[in-house]
Amino acid sequence: MNGKAGTAIRLADCAKTFPNGTRALERTSLEMRGGETVVFLGPSGCGKTTLLRVIAGLESPDPGGRVYFDDEDVTNLPIERRNVGMVFQSYALFPNMNVADNIAYGLKVHGVAPDKRARRVDEMLEMMQIGELRERRITELSGGQRQRVALARAIAVQPRVLLLDEPLTALDALLRERLRIEIDVLLHSLGITAAYVTHDQGEAMAIGDRVAVINKGAIVQTGTPREIYYKPASSFVADFIGTMNRVDGTLRDGSLELPGGRIFWGQEGSGAMQVLFRPNDARIVPEAGAPLRGVVEQVFFLGDRTRLHVTGVADRAVVVETTEHGEFQVGQAIGLRIEPGALLRLRD
Amino acid sequence: MRRTPYFYLQLAFTLLVCSFLLVPVFMSIIAGLTENFFVGVKSGLTLRWIGVVWELYAPTIFRSMYIALATLAVTLVIGVPAAYVLAKRPGMMTRLVEEFLVLPVAIPGLAIALALIITYGGFRDFRTSWGFILVGHVLYTLPFMVRSVLAVLSSFNFQVLEESAASLGAGFWRRFFGIVLPNARSGIVAGALTVVTLSIGEFNLTWMMHTPETMTLPVGLADSYASMRLEIGSAYTLVFFVMIIPLLVALQRYGVQRTGTRKAA
Repeated sequence: MNGKAGTAIRLADCAKTFPNGTRALERTSLEMRGGETVVFLGPSGCGKTTLLRVIAGLESPDPGGRVYFDDEDVTNLPIERRNVGMVFQSYALFPNMNVADNIAYGLKVHGVAPDKRARRVDEMLEMMQIGELRERRITELSGGQRQRVALARAIAVQPRVLLLDEPLTALDALLRERLRIEIDVLLHSLGITAAYVTHDQGEAMAIGDRVAVINKGAIVQTGTPREIYYKPASSFVADFIGTMNRVDGTLRDGSLELPGGRIFWGQEGSGAMQVLFRPNDARIVPEAGAPLRGVVEQVFFLGDRTRLHVTGVADRAVVVETTEHGEFQVGQAIGLRIEPGALLRLRD
Repeated sequence: MRRTPYFYLQLAFTLLVCSFLLVPVFMSIIAGLTENFFVGVKSGLTLRWIGVVWELYAPTIFRSMYIALATLAVTLVIGVPAAYVLAKRPGMMTRLVEEFLVLPVAIPGLAIALALIITYGGFRDFRTSWGFILVGHVLYTLPFMVRSVLAVLSSFNFQVLEESAASLGAGFWRRFFGIVLPNARSGIVAGALTVVTLSIGEFNLTWMMHTPETMTLPVGLADSYASMRLEIGSAYTLVFFVMIIPLLVALQRYGVQRTGTRKAA
């Protein structure tokens, strides 16, 4: 019952086919360590929510699939007996109850005595810093307040695992950022195992201990945010997360030859190939003596960084980002340096 | 705000239309309270006719009330769960069922009554009991309950509310009574008021189905118009008004509250 140690979750061969024949989830196996936050990231309709609902017990996997909480097989346990906490994009607060009653609902269902219940509700209100909302009706709350209440309600019963389905999607950008940080701190201070569904790669990077990238009903890569970003396993992952430059070059004598110059790469083999790199992995250097040369085609000042579209370096314009303060002019000639380790070559 | 002649023209027209509708109601009330309507109000006002109505037709008034309440009970027990299932599984089949439920509204009451009599007329005890009338009323009013509850259930995502209640450990009955019903309350109340109002005023079906032992208020009204003094019929109408108007007012208020606009439920 106590989530302090964190319940490990294991899915074995879980697929999901809906009665109308739609295959929402391919055979999937996944392990979540106790206390870990795993983000399910993917485009809409990729099956990430179905995966979450299989863990929750709102969908049962196709025959052959098993779901384990620690060593307990919960596959046939309905959601009301799995002791999971859920947070929905639409908040799903009960409009017929005020804030305190919403938070107390799960405790009441679990048969917690009234005085203990009241204490726990106080604790939750304080933890989420929403004490002043205690008696409010749900319809009187803002989106951010509603999601705080929803979190408090889900956590109040000390669930074995917390499942969050796009919890921030309905909020505006500023609030999203703030609440994301709060959730991150909360999840780690509770030490609770959490699965977090989002289509927002920035959110996934920020909140996940690990990220599972999902496409067309299958997990295509699982790893730390860093691994996913710098070592994408496929071009889908590479393109879905952040901006990725994709250029055609030729490998000869351990160097990569591009229209704008050559980079020593130290790779075996030779021939034409496609190579990828991140915008922030290309450093802007003086043109003289630079390994790669190009011309600035467009400049986007983004505040914390500047994004340049540079032509002449490769067969198509490449995107380069820099945090330097210097101004750039369209038509300006610049040099680029890319560290060999930042170049990626994908099999597909 | 300056009022233009145009405004007064509109006002006059509106008042004219209102009086066209209201004067007969007023006349009917006066008729029920006048000693002799042909002589006019100068013959004196009296509650005598209401007394006569009470003597002759009191059973029909009580019968109409308990049939309305019984109809309400049945439509609640059948209609609310039906609306819940319809809302939960939207699809071809549920659309068909919904349309099917509404059929009795479209078919003339007399035809339904005839069908019921042909089918169940052989069961004498049932045919002559008020239960027979109840069946007709339920058939006629059920769609109003189902539609009303269905509309409210479709207006918010009750499924996700149920899912979150389930994740907090609540089983089906607890979710149904603790989450679904309280949040569908406005639709249930509006449906209930509609059902009671319709049942009390129902004439077509009941006229065809009734026996002297199972006469209801509206059927009694027709009877009194046909065979009694005008004053008695009018006094009877007055009794009907007293019963039905509070319901109509409640219905109107609830309809306004629920949608926030002046849309009759």
